[in-house]
Amino acid sequence: MDRAPEIEAVGMTMRFGAFTALDNVTLRVRPGSFHALLGENGAGKSTLVKCIMGFYHATSGGLLVDHKEVEIKDPVDAQRHGLGMVYQQFTLVPSLSAAENLVIARGDAGAVIDWRREKIRLTEFMSRMPFSVPLDRQVSSLAAGEKQKLEILKQLYLGSRFLILDEPTSVLTPDEADKVLGYVRKLTTSGALSVLMISHKFREVRAFADEVTVLRRGALAGQGRVADLTDGDMAAMMMGKSDIGTAPDRTGQPGAAVLTLRGAQARDRSGYRVLPIGDLTVHAGEVVGIAGISGNGQVELMEVLTGQRRLIAGSMLVNGTPYAATRRQSQARRVRYLPEEPLVNACAPTLSVAENLAMRDFDSGRGVWLDRRRMARRALELIAGFDIRTQGPGAQIRSLSGGNVQRAALARELSGDVSLLIVANPCFGLDFTAVRAIRDRIMMARNAGVAVLLISEDLDEILELSDRVLVMSEGQITFETPVQEAQAAVLGRYMAGHH
Amino acid sequence: MGKGSRLLPALETALWPLMALIAGGLVFSLFLLVQGKSPVEFFALIWRAGFSTAFSWQNTLSRVSPLLFAGLCVAIPARLGLMVIGGEGAIVLGGLAAAVTGAQVALWPTAAGFAAMALSAVCIGAIWIGLVGLLRVRRGVNETIASLLMAYIASALFNHLVESVFRDPASLNKPSTLPLVDTLRVGMMPGLQAHWGVLAGIVACIAAWALIDRTRLGFAARITGDNMRAAQVQGFNVAGLIVGFTALAGGLAGLAGFYEVAAVHGSANASLISGVGYTGILVAFLARHNPLAIVPVAILLAGFEASSGLIQRRMDLPDATILVFEGCVFLIVLLSETVQGRMPALWLALKGPSR
Repeated sequence: MDRAPEIEAVGMTMRFGAFTALDNVTLRVRPGSFHALLGENGAGKSTLVKCIMGFYHATSGGLLVDHKEVEIKDPVDAQRHGLGMVYQQFTLVPSLSAAENLVIARGDAGAVIDWRREKIRLTEFMSRMPFSVPLDRQVSSLAAGEKQKLEILKQLYLGSRFLILDEPTSVLTPDEADKVLGYVRKLTTSGALSVLMISHKFREVRAFADEVTVLRRGALAGQGRVADLTDGDMAAMMMGKSDIGTAPDRTGQPGAAVLTLRGAQARDRSGYRVLPIGDLTVHAGEVVGIAGISGNGQVELMEVLTGQRRLIAGSMLVNGTPYAATRRQSQARRVRYLPEEPLVNACAPTLSVAENLAMRDFDSGRGVWLDRRRMARRALELIAGFDIRTQGPGAQIRSLSGGNVQRAALARELSGDVSLLIVANPCFGLDFTAVRAIRDRIMMARNAGVAVLLISEDLDEILELSDRVLVMSEGQITFETPVQEAQAAVLGRYMAGHH
Repeated sequence: MGKGSRLLPALETALWPLMALIAGGLVFSLFLLVQGKSPVEFFALIWRAGFSTAFSWQNTLSRVSPLLFAGLCVAIPARLGLMVIGGEGAIVLGGLAAAVTGAQVALWPTAAGFAAMALSAVCIGAIWIGLVGLLRVRRGVNETIASLLMAYIASALFNHLVESVFRDPASLNKPSTLPLVDTLRVGMMPGLQAHWGVLAGIVACIAAWALIDRTRLGFAARITGDNMRAAQVQGFNVAGLIVGFTALAGGLAGLAGFYEVAAVHGSANASLISGVGYTGILVAFLARHNPLAIVPVAILLAGFEASSGLIQRRMDLPDATILVFEGCVFLIVLLSETVQGRMPALWLALKGPSR
């Protein structure tokens, strides 16, 4: 096996128009080392690795592989230089077996594949690897951890000696994550691989990485050996002392129960499994956070709450009376929703900003005709009030940045008199300032007496905003604790389903 | 950015179909050249037979009415994100319903007779296409395929009924229903060689535009058409919107059948199965599913069809030639949908870097 290369990105700068996504960042991954890349959403981590992999062509700066400058035209070119990347989402073909996935990934397998010869070569390849996956099983039947291992094996099979892992554990339970990263760690210590891992989990960085680079707002915020840094040091680098900005204070006491789920059960997406969701209460002036690893029934719960999925047992009450989330009911009881990825789930992308802002209240009061003048007036108010950056109220909402789409959706849902706000992953993929603004709005709504249900995969977000924390695992609410007594380690155990 | 950025998208909306029309004409010209025919003569004949004189305008206008309704039958569901292409079925059955009802109400007062005929045509059309919407809502059946298959069923049903139970024993060579009495024939608009169905179609276009662009219900429909998931989260009655809008579209197509029978044919027979429902697809796409734009587009295509006979005689081409031309235009329209919305970027690129 070849020796792992040294990779150095020198003075990488990437500008998109007037926006500088990456500002003169230099980073060196020593041969056979495990290097972590830390940063908030929007700090420039993805931009940096996309520049390395040739998805983007850096405005300035260069890439050295083993001290020689190389120019990466595109990801295929990166592959030729032994640079590979494992993405957050799986890129395997679910209906094919692991072996088939490996062979088709090669691209040069030819029009007719000699499976007998390929099988022998694959078995030989697997015997050299420190870990393996069942080659003949269909990928869709593999657990998430196995799939992630297969993704990594695929890169090694393709000859990658430098691997970028983009939040590789976001779809794994902590146990699976430890196993997979342990194997990667073994590969680096044996000198077969150099690794750059994007993460925002301190625990993983501390357990597996040799060195760390921290980005903040596109610029280098700090670098060093993990052993020399405390978690506090890294957090300070990530957020920057001056611009952390604190959330508005938590004021007021929770009031009466607004949303109640009792013994709720619903089918999952496949329709074959019953999710034993359980009990849930959200009071006025309270944020209840539901923590959980992606894919543990949060999507289905959100669908139940928005009326897209029927309960097969139990009841859903708002203000003490049954609630089915029809438009009339949600207007009468003042229930508002902010589903994740608002452009996909909560906006009409080709309609204008003004029209999207009017979606909640255009039909309040009597009448048949659309009051376009009121729509325009309200749009201007909300655009100013929520600081939505747009060319104007008439611009298509899809032309806005992610943070501004989220602001627009939040402006719409929080305008007027709100009693219950149900939010899912509100800050997913947003930059730092947008995250701050969105979380502040949620906290302000809570202080104003709104009952807030926050479903989030980001544990830090849950701990920051919630009064009470619930954990959802395999479709069931399995744990509840006041936030003052919440311990990340305990929550993590429940999230993983071990309790 | 100033006013230009707001005007440009509007201009682009109108420009693309126009460019598609021209590009389709160029492709079709190649088709003519291969056969040794002159494209110049072809387009000159379209102009002469469709638009040059008062007589040709009459010829054109006489064909507009069903195209207006057929266009609406595609455009209205399209604004909800549904591609219904089987309006032909609702037209055919609507015509049959009008003819059969007309035979029953021959002795009624004229106004009541017309109302009964129109109502039965609208109802049967609404049920036929509404069923497509219902299948979509209840069973997730693809509305494009369902509507197309239902159109074939409608034609077969029509032929069967006209040749059996509703056949006028006096119609020997061409099986037809009983001819309508003269009082139940829709006449010409004063001073024009076009029947009242043209005006009704134009009114329907304006009403459909108002419904979609100016009412709350239409706004909910536009949101649903743009992002069904967002509409569901908003709690709109998406199933109701789909069934309601498909039924409305079918009802209008049924009305086209009523005017075809009451103003043109005088009874229901095989001439009613003319394919105008399919031409309506092209009308709606060229109009970009904007009901107001359907009016000029329908007139243009009516002119094409009006010239078919002259082209056949003068250029010795089969009468399907106009269909080939329409097909070329349709392909280009579909292609142009993939590049729409990119013109502002092109414009900026031409102007050079903005900073």
